[in-house]
Amino acid sequence: MATPRRQPTKAQIRHQKMEELVIYPIDWLEERSGLVGGIRYFLFRNVPSDVNWMQTLGSAALTAFLVQAITGVILAMYYVPSASTDPATGKPVAWESIVNISDHLTLGWLVRGMHKWGASVFIILMFLHMGRVFLFGAYKYPRELNWIIGVLILLTGMLEGFTGYLLPWDQTAYWATVVGINLNGTAPILGPWLAQFLRSGQEIGLETLPRFYSLHMLILPGAIIALITLHLYLVVRLGVTSPPWSKDAAGGEPVEVEEPARRPGLTRPVPRTANGAAMQAEPGGRD
Amino acid sequence: MEPEQPSPDTEHESLHEEAHLPSPTLWPIGFAIGIVVVLVGLIIDPLLISTIGAVIAIVFGFLWARDATRELRVQQVVVEPERREAGAAAPPAEGGAAPVSGPQQPVTRSVFLEGATIGLGAVIGGLITVPVAGFLVLPGFLRQEQHKVDLGPIEKFPLGSWFVATFVVDPAQGEVSRRTAFVRNNGTVADSNGKQVPSFTIISNRCAHLGCPVQANGPSGAILGKKTLKEHTLNGPVQFVPVVPAGYGCPCHGGQYDVEGNRTAGPPVRALDRYGFEVNNGRLVLLSTYSVSHVVGTGAQAKIYKYKSYGPGQHVDGPEAWFYPLSPPHH
Repeated sequence: MATPRRQPTKAQIRHQKMEELVIYPIDWLEERSGLVGGIRYFLFRNVPSDVNWMQTLGSAALTAFLVQAITGVILAMYYVPSASTDPATGKPVAWESIVNISDHLTLGWLVRGMHKWGASVFIILMFLHMGRVFLFGAYKYPRELNWIIGVLILLTGMLEGFTGYLLPWDQTAYWATVVGINLNGTAPILGPWLAQFLRSGQEIGLETLPRFYSLHMLILPGAIIALITLHLYLVVRLGVTSPPWSKDAAGGEPVEVEEPARRPGLTRPVPRTANGAAMQAEPGGRD
Repeated sequence: MEPEQPSPDTEHESLHEEAHLPSPTLWPIGFAIGIVVVLVGLIIDPLLISTIGAVIAIVFGFLWARDATRELRVQQVVVEPERREAGAAAPPAEGGAAPVSGPQQPVTRSVFLEGATIGLGAVIGGLITVPVAGFLVLPGFLRQEQHKVDLGPIEKFPLGSWFVATFVVDPAQGEVSRRTAFVRNNGTVADSNGKQVPSFTIISNRCAHLGCPVQANGPSGAILGKKTLKEHTLNGPVQFVPVVPAGYGCPCHGGQYDVEGNRTAGPPVRALDRYGFEVNNGRLVLLSTYSVSHVVGTGAQAKIYKYKSYGPGQHVDGPEAWFYPLSPPHH
């Protein structure tokens, strides 16, 4: 560090101390994991100069999914996936737990509403995102695989909608699921088998609701999270497409990408050896 | 934007840059015509016209496949045969595809360990996955039990009167197994030995389109001035609401049936399912359901075209029934 000409003022010292207080833990983490650099690499990558607001639809869909995930996890703390009848009231247990969430628990109406309406928002945003990608031609080489993964995310999202629709266990939920499963049952050859698998039996019974619940909150979200991870990996790897009206020639010389900040130190100056050369510190190196 | 012209020395790289498309071909048109003829034939004359269509589709499909794969077949991939003879010098294969190691290739320690790790991992993974996947799938298919439903003594059903019966099929499952059927006492009918046996028409209310509950079209209950019958049987409370149906209608997509369950309008693909029954010590006992394509006649004289139980929306007769050759296990 350059030698300060003047004694720093008290305010400057305080400021510097505060900075160290914040930066030191980040540097500690970065030195041991490289995670900070990874996040910087992910968030501060170069995009074409004329990107469009339409290109935020993917992030919007991701946000909608995160809202579904968080509200869903919390709803799972109060919901009871049981199709049996409550002997005290003669009403189905699952339906009663939904009524309890909506009408009695503090803010339950809000979180359930977010989850219920957010489901439609998620699907709509995925379709809008898909339309943007189609109209921008962003599905073309080399991004075909990401289109395919996107379609799989859309399909998994719709399966989430199908399995989640049964959970309130009211008349609409029950008969919509009867029709939905029987629709699957009319598929040639394997349809009847698929329908019986979904019902876990010949008729909707006690096992059907927990099965849909498990699919809805464990298997399908796991699949969506894995697919979104792949989707984002390919977005980062292949970069963002220019809009079709872009003046930047598609397939032109790639812009030189600046290497994101790396070790040593995110903000600390690079330690120098006696002869002035920057030291190359190896992470975890002991020799 | 025009792609850059590949220079000779970047030929290999440019292979990845350009879409590699097969040459244009007209065979798919003939193939598509063949498929259309098959589909039209399914309506007009499945045996003759569909066969002609299938022949057209197969011939053109073959020509199309031959055309599309011509390029692949011309470039024959030369595969060096694996050599095991000790001491034989491995000839340098074309394109530098020669194995890296020497002529003698005994299984080295690292190759063995690699294989052992993968193999052991596969065995462990299989041992865990197979039973777990079986537990996921099999309970819904195996040990599907038949539940007999006791509806009470047959004397309480007046001759020729319809009732909407609701009952719990499996008391262990409870309300979730509550079902509805339309029941009519047809009196007696001579069986194959000439003996007079009781005859009942017991129609399931599960729509043959997609499984919604069909309703009786006609007055029921208090409007008729008749009392709802209640019975307490082994299956718990059973209820019989008197009804005078002119037919049955489905609230979901408008399927309509006549009083014997024959489809008269709308999307259903067959008649309404029926319950098998037996009379046990003078009591009416429901057995499993069976599917019906159509019914000719009415009451005790009805000729019922029976099939094993199919799901809603599945054809039991005609060429469409070919779509469902294998039904899951049933009780």
